[in-house]
Amino acid sequence: MEFFVQLLIDGLTLGGMYALIALGFTLVYGILLMINFAHAEMFMTGGFIGYGVLNLLGSESTIATVSDTLPFMSFLQSTQPFFTTTAVGFILMMLLTFGISAVLTGLLGITIERFAYRPLRNSPRLCALISALGMSLFLQNFVLLAVGHRMVFPTPEFLANLDAVPLFGAIRIAPIDLIIFITCLVLLFTLDRFVSKTKLGKAMRATSQDKDAAGLMGININSVIALTFFIGPALGAVAGTFFGLKYGVVTFNMGLFPGIKAFTAAVLGGIGNLRGAMLGGFLIGVLEALASGYISIAYRDVITFAILILILIFRPGGLLGESVVEKV
Amino acid sequence: MTNTKNTSNNTTAAYEDQAVKGKASSAEAIFGNIAKPMFSRGGNKSPLKTALTALLLVFLFALPIYLQGMGEALLLAALVGIGLYVILALGLNIVVGYAGMLDFGRMAFYAVGTYAAIILAIPLANLLGDSLEGLVFPLVMVAAGLIAAFVGWLLSLPVMRLRGDYLAIVTLGFGEIVRITIQNNPFGLTNGLLGLPDRGNVLASPPFFDWLRDNVYWALGNDFFFTMTRNVYWYYMVLIMLIVAIIVVRNQDNSRLGRSWAAMREDEVAASAMGVNVTKAKTWAFVLGAFWGGIAGACFGFFLGGISPEPFSFLNSVIVLAIVVIGGMGSIPGVLVGGVLIMGFPELVRWFAMNHLGQAGGDIQSMVANFRNLFLGLLMVVMMAVRTEGIIPMKPKFHKLFGKGKSDKGDHTDAVVGAAPKGGAGS
Repeated sequence: MEFFVQLLIDGLTLGGMYALIALGFTLVYGILLMINFAHAEMFMTGGFIGYGVLNLLGSESTIATVSDTLPFMSFLQSTQPFFTTTAVGFILMMLLTFGISAVLTGLLGITIERFAYRPLRNSPRLCALISALGMSLFLQNFVLLAVGHRMVFPTPEFLANLDAVPLFGAIRIAPIDLIIFITCLVLLFTLDRFVSKTKLGKAMRATSQDKDAAGLMGININSVIALTFFIGPALGAVAGTFFGLKYGVVTFNMGLFPGIKAFTAAVLGGIGNLRGAMLGGFLIGVLEALASGYISIAYRDVITFAILILILIFRPGGLLGESVVEKV
Repeated sequence: MTNTKNTSNNTTAAYEDQAVKGKASSAEAIFGNIAKPMFSRGGNKSPLKTALTALLLVFLFALPIYLQGMGEALLLAALVGIGLYVILALGLNIVVGYAGMLDFGRMAFYAVGTYAAIILAIPLANLLGDSLEGLVFPLVMVAAGLIAAFVGWLLSLPVMRLRGDYLAIVTLGFGEIVRITIQNNPFGLTNGLLGLPDRGNVLASPPFFDWLRDNVYWALGNDFFFTMTRNVYWYYMVLIMLIVAIIVVRNQDNSRLGRSWAAMREDEVAASAMGVNVTKAKTWAFVLGAFWGGIAGACFGFFLGGISPEPFSFLNSVIVLAIVVIGGMGSIPGVLVGGVLIMGFPELVRWFAMNHLGQAGGDIQSMVANFRNLFLGLLMVVMMAVRTEGIIPMKPKFHKLFGKGKSDKGDHTDAVVGAAPKGGAGS
């Protein structure tokens, strides 16, 4: 029982991250009917940017190196103890890390849409898919050459000193897991409200229903698509930074597997359906955790991929989606 | 290279032609006119093209002599690698270029071929004994091709009704499933990350290797001709397999099956309305494409003399796809050029850096490969936006009914990948 609950907690944490990535897939698919293969790389880039910001704010050696070359940055030396040791500083540092990572990655997403996908908007679907694959290859190797293939993520001192939170019995939940889970829920809830209640959200829904008609109603399609390509990568970047914090390392090719799993989650929930992606993310996370606990760790990725293939073949509409009718 | 006379002057006639031949034996339907002599077909082939092809062949067959004279035996190993990837890309070209389905998991078939060949080789060698040892490799190679084709058939069963982009993701997942399964040593077959063959086992020499080494090498003397090393041997073996693959694949494209691929690629619904058996065409595309993956895999395993799961990563599947996409989907010369450019360029830079700049090999190699992949990604993006048809576009299969000019705007908007070249169908 305890083992099961522990696996469940792991799965929900993992599932929260998958849900954040899956939202990016499902948002883009809902509007452009395109699998944004490079979205997995947004997750990776977000992780690397988070790594950079966290080091810049919290690591003495990094700050020293940066201050040597850029003297105006030396004020970071005085703020470093505040960020790493006090609770307020820690929260502030986390907000800064996630905020900067999300905004920069979101801007990257907009840039990619502008230069790689917009010229292909009226081309066959598979051309856009190949272009996205190329973009993914480019980003991976760019990060590899510019930063490195594997970076050890710093753990903030304050976080390292926190004790695991006891739930009941012998079951404990690591503080980072708790942070991830709560943040994911907050973000998912906010996005859901944003899309269903605000005017911009309404524009997004209209665009996903019918691009041309939405354009005729006075919605600026290009800016709605740009917004979509900001939100998706921004959420992916949050997931990437969490990944780094939880597992302590970011690698240039870390996007591939979480990317495929998040895509599985998006399809499982019904691609194009926001709540479906959230549900799918948590389901896949829990399934993966249970599979690695009860079946085999070595085959856990195989199990997820097999689920993906089975859903695509037998229920391509997903759990919450409508059945997809191919029009001639 | 030009359209055969079988392809009639317009689409309707082509289909009528097909309908008349509807009762042809399935062997002919699948293998087309392979049996016909390869040089008699192209009645309207220009002499210049024939001469250039002959010149290229002479150059390729003479290359080892020159390279060995320069003491560049390592470049031969690199050329073997290029040749294997070109065979793989030719197989993928059937699926992506001819049939218009995206496959992100090509390495699955390469891996199946390699492992099948090596797993079968040792028991087969024991069975045949020393005197027939030379037969091991050809038998195992054909078996690997057939096993890979069987796996292709198995994969084709469930995915038949999938949409294009979902198919791509499913093949990706399949490729990773195969790689991870191999890593985990299922039933003790693959020896996991340690690879095959196990300690103490050595693969049988491929056919005539000893004979060629003893006769060609010793009879002609050390410096008269060239030394019969493993690399030279595999260079010729892969070159011959490549030529065979080109001839077979080209003839398949010109066969009835090839025409149904083209029709299916341009418009699946219209094709099936015209009587093309889409399911059958898709299945054969998978099976025949996988077959070449298996053949290349068997050569790869024997060339290396052993194998581990590392080379079968998703990245390499992407590189094979990039060869096809950048070279020109559906175009054999395009695939050849794409393969030589994409696989050859980093090898050349590495060789140059090692020999003329005095750099350490390993670092340079990985760095050049990373830069290559960086540009490859960029090139795929740019290519899709600017020149979808690749470096050397495929020849249009069907002539237009009226006129020879530019194709209408919107003519190919529904086409899947590799829409006909923009220049129109006036060849």
